Amino acid sequence: MYARWVLTALLAWPLLAGLVVLLLPARLAKYVALGASLIEFAISVPLWWTFAPAGGMQFVADYTWIAAWGIHFTVGLDGISLFLVLLTTFLMPLSILGSWSYITKRETGFYTLLLVLTTGMIGVFVALDLFLFYVMWEVMLIPMYFIIGVWGGDNRLYAAIKFFIYTFFGSLLMLVAILVLYLHAGQATGVYSFGYAHLLSNAKDLGPTGWWLFGAFFLAFAIKVPMFPLHTWLPDAHVEAPTAGSVILAGILLKMGTYGFLRFALPFFPAVALNQNVQLVIVILSLIGIIYGGLVAMVQPDFKKLIAYSSVAHLGFVTLGIWALTLQSVQGALLIMINHGISTGALFFLAGMIYERRHSRLIEAYGGIARVVPLFAAILTVVSLSSIALPGTNGFVGEFLVLLGSFRTYPIATALATTGVIVAAAYLLTALQRVIYNPLTNPENEKLPDLSPREIAVLVPLLVCILWVGIYPKPFLQRMEPAARALIEQMKPSAAPTAGQP
Amino acid sequence: MSLDPAIYRDLLLSLLPELVLTGWALVLLLFVAWHHRTARDTRIAGWLTLLALLSTAIATWWLWWNRAGVGGGVVAMIAADDFRWVADWIFLGAAALTVLISFAYLEREQLLVPEYYVLLIFGTLGMMVMAAGADLMVIFLGLELMSVAVYVLAGLDRRRARSAEAALKYFLLGAFASGFLLYGIALVYGATGTTNLGLIGGQVGTMGKPGVMLLAGLALLIVGFAFKIAAVPFHMWAPDVYDGSPTPVTAFMATGVKAAAFAALFRVLNQAFGPVAVWHDILWWLAVVTMIGGNFFALGQRSLKRMLAYSSVAHAGYLLVAVTAGGVAGTSAFLVYVTAYTLMSLGAFAVLTAKGRAGESDVLIDDLAGLASERPWLAFALAVCLLSLLGFPGTAGFIGKWYILIAATSAGKNTLAAILVLTSVVSAGYYLPVIMAMYMKPPPVEHAHVDVSLDRWGRTAVAVVVAGLLLFGVWPNRLLDLAKSAASSVYPSATTAVTPP
Repeated sequence: MYARWVLTALLAWPLLAGLVVLLLPARLAKYVALGASLIEFAISVPLWWTFAPAGGMQFVADYTWIAAWGIHFTVGLDGISLFLVLLTTFLMPLSILGSWSYITKRETGFYTLLLVLTTGMIGVFVALDLFLFYVMWEVMLIPMYFIIGVWGGDNRLYAAIKFFIYTFFGSLLMLVAILVLYLHAGQATGVYSFGYAHLLSNAKDLGPTGWWLFGAFFLAFAIKVPMFPLHTWLPDAHVEAPTAGSVILAGILLKMGTYGFLRFALPFFPAVALNQNVQLVIVILSLIGIIYGGLVAMVQPDFKKLIAYSSVAHLGFVTLGIWALTLQSVQGALLIMINHGISTGALFFLAGMIYERRHSRLIEAYGGIARVVPLFAAILTVVSLSSIALPGTNGFVGEFLVLLGSFRTYPIATALATTGVIVAAAYLLTALQRVIYNPLTNPENEKLPDLSPREIAVLVPLLVCILWVGIYPKPFLQRMEPAARALIEQMKPSAAPTAGQP
Repeated sequence: MSLDPAIYRDLLLSLLPELVLTGWALVLLLFVAWHHRTARDTRIAGWLTLLALLSTAIATWWLWWNRAGVGGGVVAMIAADDFRWVADWIFLGAAALTVLISFAYLEREQLLVPEYYVLLIFGTLGMMVMAAGADLMVIFLGLELMSVAVYVLAGLDRRRARSAEAALKYFLLGAFASGFLLYGIALVYGATGTTNLGLIGGQVGTMGKPGVMLLAGLALLIVGFAFKIAAVPFHMWAPDVYDGSPTPVTAFMATGVKAAAFAALFRVLNQAFGPVAVWHDILWWLAVVTMIGGNFFALGQRSLKRMLAYSSVAHAGYLLVAVTAGGVAGTSAFLVYVTAYTLMSLGAFAVLTAKGRAGESDVLIDDLAGLASERPWLAFALAVCLLSLLGFPGTAGFIGKWYILIAATSAGKNTLAAILVLTSVVSAGYYLPVIMAMYMKPPPVEHAHVDVSLDRWGRTAVAVVVAGLLLFGVWPNRLLDLAKSAASSVYPSATTAVTPP
């Protein structure tokens, strides 16, 4: 019973709640939005237990939508998307709670957009119909555009339009690629459908067209990840967005790109994706992302920008792990996707909290505040260490698995990527030292209040996750393993893609 | 219901909607001969127009419901098929929405000429004749009827120099375009000995390699139509004319006139020149330069009305992609897109009438700054229209664009589809700044938008538009079915190798 309605409910509930919030007076909006997102989380939690690791696609719901084009409302969940859905429902209440004092104007609009965004994000992760996937992929663009553009920092208009146009550019080419796939499958079988399994099983024999289609999908996802030369929208968007916007951008939106690789770009076009030259280019781009992202982060005077560039580096590990295609590396990549959502989300929350107190994001504006705000300093230290991938924290497990798994496929590249871990330590520890240690020189910092109970409530769940994944990652790895294995099987040159078993 | 045009009764029946509308036009003409002084007279004329449009729509519906069609094997000058009825509804809808936004506009701008509505009816009548024409002469008659009415409408605000300029420019270039069209018809007649679309099609089919005269005629026909739809490089008149005309007239021109010209173009190309391959190439290039030109020119506009004018050029480019794709898919994609386009374009112009004064041509995009905080519903409506124009999922504009893309890719025109989406990205560069101004910039002065409002009927029109855009964006099934059945009626033989959808 639960299995049949849960995903539909997860999609419909935030949308309904968003409409309700829109009609409420502004002072009630934040409470209702928090309540709605907690209910959403509560609906999603049983997924964790009811999910059967070896069960392939589960919780499938299927309704006809636009019959004339063979479009269905099909949703489902497997070991890849399970965690991303849970991450989304987990981060949303925290983002809403974290925005309570930050957002002071047009509150109804803000919380409505956050709730609509939830639907869009979950929709991307559960859609099993490429039309639905595309619609969801685009739908989450508008709320994010408004969140950055209306509630963002000083340079918000530029950041908002840059974010929109980059993503829109990539996704429209993907739209054409989806259509070509649809017609290819339709002409081959006589069945015109946007269903994932249908398109997957008929994506063979594309010949040279496959290269173009892969290119279109790859571009859309690579912009979202973002991979190296396409990453320039990210620092602007992250820095200008309000705290909740940055958290969601880093925590969830970036994962849509890597999710897209795992779900579409790789299984649909194994021949192209595993081509020697393509692999070489992608591994080199990932490496550039890891090392260049880290080096650029090192010289950022702005704390949020530093976190933004560290995202580029982390996501470089993910793409490396995905393309290495060993069991450990894919599992590691999936784990980094979750870890990055938790750790970077926490970092953005902390950056937002200190910004609310001092109205400065510059690292040099602080110094020695550990004595003034000890709790803040302690949590920032733990979160930074997890972002550096210190053993015992979540970051370590993911990056270690990626490096271990990738070493078999690309030994040299992996050796180079390892330096990225050192670079990460260099920029984060330096920043940590400059912000919370060092002598307290700026008199403005002497009166900073420490974390409020509400802020602690935002951060504690994240800390729990950091330690949980760091110390006992088995429940996560266990649930991912069959899906990762299935992906690798699928990518073997001889194996034909099997329907319904992505 | 099978109609034989040789029998009077059947001929009249097949022309029923046009006859109803003509009757109303005459009644209205008599009415305004005596009552043309006060605002009340103008208002009554407007209500009578709505009644006329409604009764015509019902007559059309009756014919559609009874599946009226010209009997097999009869060579008629008038087509009676679903394509015509659906096109008629689009024209009537566009005219009705124009009437709704005209009530307050005419009073505000002191354009108390009830003849406005008579001209609107005659313009609509011309469009319906164009969509009904199964003969080049009928199409030409309809085109002239429509054009002459719209020339006058463009110059309605005769105290304003720009309106007069618009009318003159439109008239001169329109007359020129009619000349091209007529000469094209003459050459085609010379090559085939007939002006009937079906007979030309038969001749061309058996001809083998088409002769020079026929090709020259075809080329001139395309040029004539390209003027009317404002395709690059025949679009030069459009921005000035759209800019100078009173805004409701602009809305009517950008939607109805364009839709009618496209409807006739579809019929001519597919029924008469189906076997001539060369027009696909001509239109391919026309579509490409129109999409690129329209979108890039629009990027540079600061005036909202001129931006919308160039955007309508860009949309003509998207529609040309549907024409190039051809076949049932292309035709029904055209119908779906033109429905969406009519709604979203009219909605945008309607909101513009609320903001502007004296022709609205001086409303800059930045003048809308802060509109969302003072007039949230109007800002929301304009945002929906613009997102739909951009082709964003959840709106009818996306469904239309998606259909055009399906038609183009299934006709093997992947490059054209790619150019369409790339130019759509460019269009984000001029639609988004409007949304940005409304929502993300503060108003220049406090109470900058106090006088921005629509009357009850203008609001009704905008509400209908927004509801339609969202409804068709999420649940387009009925519209798709209707468009598909209409499109297949243009190809009665059904021999064309059609790939679903």
